Parts: sequence; C-alpha cells; structure tokens
Amino acid sequence: MHRFANPNRFLKLANAILPWAAGLTVILTLAGLYYALVASPEDYQQGATVRIMYVHVPAAWMALFVYTAIAVASAVALIWKHPVSDLFAKASAPVGAAFTFIALVTGALWGKPMWGTWWVWDARLTSMLILFFLYLGHMALMNAFDDPQRGYKAAAVLALVGVVNVPIIKFSVDWWNTLHQPASVARMDGPAIDPAMLTPLFLMAFAFKAYYITVALLRMRGEIAEAKVRAISMSQVHG
Amino acid sequence: MQEFLDMGGYAGFVWPSYIITFGLLALVFALTWRLLKTSERRLEALQAARGRRPRGKRGAGPAAPAQSQSQPQARETEKAPAGAAGESR
Repeated sequence: MHRFANPNRFLKLANAILPWAAGLTVILTLAGLYYALVASPEDYQQGATVRIMYVHVPAAWMALFVYTAIAVASAVALIWKHPVSDLFAKASAPVGAAFTFIALVTGALWGKPMWGTWWVWDARLTSMLILFFLYLGHMALMNAFDDPQRGYKAAAVLALVGVVNVPIIKFSVDWWNTLHQPASVARMDGPAIDPAMLTPLFLMAFAFKAYYITVALLRMRGEIAEAKVRAISMSQVHG
Repeated sequence: MQEFLDMGGYAGFVWPSYIITFGLLALVFALTWRLLKTSERRLEALQAARGRRPRGKRGAGPAAPAQSQSQPQARETEKAPAGAAGESR
C-alpha cells in the first residue's frame, strides 16, 4: 500500500488499470441492460416494476461500498499520512453521492406503485438520506479550506464518524419495522431471488463497480495534476 | 415493441428510473472528464512555461518541484510567462 504513496508510481498503475475498467464498464452495462430490460422475467407480484430493482439495489450497494472505502482511506490517510488515500477519498465522494441519490430516487419510483407512497420516514430510507448528506458534507469540507490538507483532514474525521451509519443502514430492516423488504441476496441461507433475476442484478452491480473504479481513477489523475499545478505555482510565488 | 415500452403499465416508473440512473452516471463521468482535461492542460501549460528544467531526482510528485525553488526561471507565471520572466532573464 505504501508503495503507491508516490503519486507517480500510482499514476502508472492507474493508467494500466483504466482501459480495462472502462471497457468492463461498457460491456457489463450493455449486458446488464439487456438482461434487466429484455431477458429477465417479470415478477409474479410486482410485474415490470421489479426491473427497477436492477438499478436500485446495485446503486444502494455501491452507496455503502463507496462510503466504507472512503472511511478506510480516511483512516489510512490520518494514521499514515498517505497522500494518495486523501485523493482517493476526495475522488470517491461524488461517485458515492451519485449512487446514493440514484438509490433514493429509484426507491421512490419503486415505492410509489408498490407501497403506494414515494417516501416514508422509516429507518432504512431515513438512514440512506443521512448517508447522502454525509457525502455532501464530506465534499463540502474537502473544498472548504484554502489549504487542501486541512480540508482532507476535516473530511477524513467526518467520514470516520459517519461510518457508524453504515451498519445502521444495513441492519435497519431487521432492527426496526419498515416498509422496506429485508435482505434477499446477502442472506445466511442463500439468495431468495430466482437466478434469472440474479443475473441482471449481479451484471449491473459489477458494471457499477467498474464504473466507480474508472471514474475514481480519472478523478485521482486530475487531482494529482492539480496538486502538481499547486506545487509549481507555490514554488514560483516563493522562489 | 409497444408492449416493451409499456412495461406492463409501469412505464412511468421503470423508464424514469433507468433514465435518471444512467443520465446521472453519464453526467458524473462527463464532469470528471472535463475536470481531468482542465487540470492536465493547466499542468502542461505550466510545465511548458517553465521550459526544460531538470526534473526532481526521485519522486517528482506534488512536493518535488518545491525542492528546486532557487532556480531563476521559476518566477514565470502561467498566464504571462514572457512578462513575468522579464525580471529573471
């Protein structure tokens, strides 16, 4: 891990991964869309609205995954002063926020026809909304200081404090009464979903993951370029 | 085809879900690409303005250029390299 604290060494690795991640994103998305919209059956109870699941559930998984990744990167950045970790957290937050927003909006679009309401203030939905605000707060803190290092530190502390929300989201459907259905894929007794529906679900989940890797690496490349611009400008001012 | 677009009567919920999902992901990608290109162009412009200077011996990362502060041509600025260089050349 510390090997890649050197931004130039990291860039080499990023540039090697990028074409593969981008290619995988396109292929998996197209395959996922085909299975989600065409090749999978309608649900016997929910009809065609079950197709919303193929974007809603992977987006919600990504919302939690990206936040957890940011929290781990923040811990690494605070403990070891690992410069690339800070950039990783900064690059990840907008992607995580986008996935959280997608999960919230598609959830409302699925809730209206199935539950009869766009929104309820229950544990799962409210904790997801809090996650969205945590992402926005993280992004705001990152850019709130003239000295980027102070922003990175403040945002890292927020990310670590907010990580308590992650298990709350995950187990909210078990701990409290809610309209939201409990976990049906990650269960001790195996998924409670037909394989014909698991295929588009997993294809889309991997597509989103490849998308996240692609966008995060591109953003980190941009951040490293920005950091070099800052360093050169500083050397000119003080030189 | 009409049946496919109808989504069993739920077209008003299914299609907006997909449009919002992939529209937003495309928007985030487009903004990321623009950010990256802007940053890389600025870096290239700065490096070009600095001329051919020897690079840092090890780890020419963000902190490296600051080590060679004493070189005279470091006073050039991005926007007006010729004008700013007047005092050092």
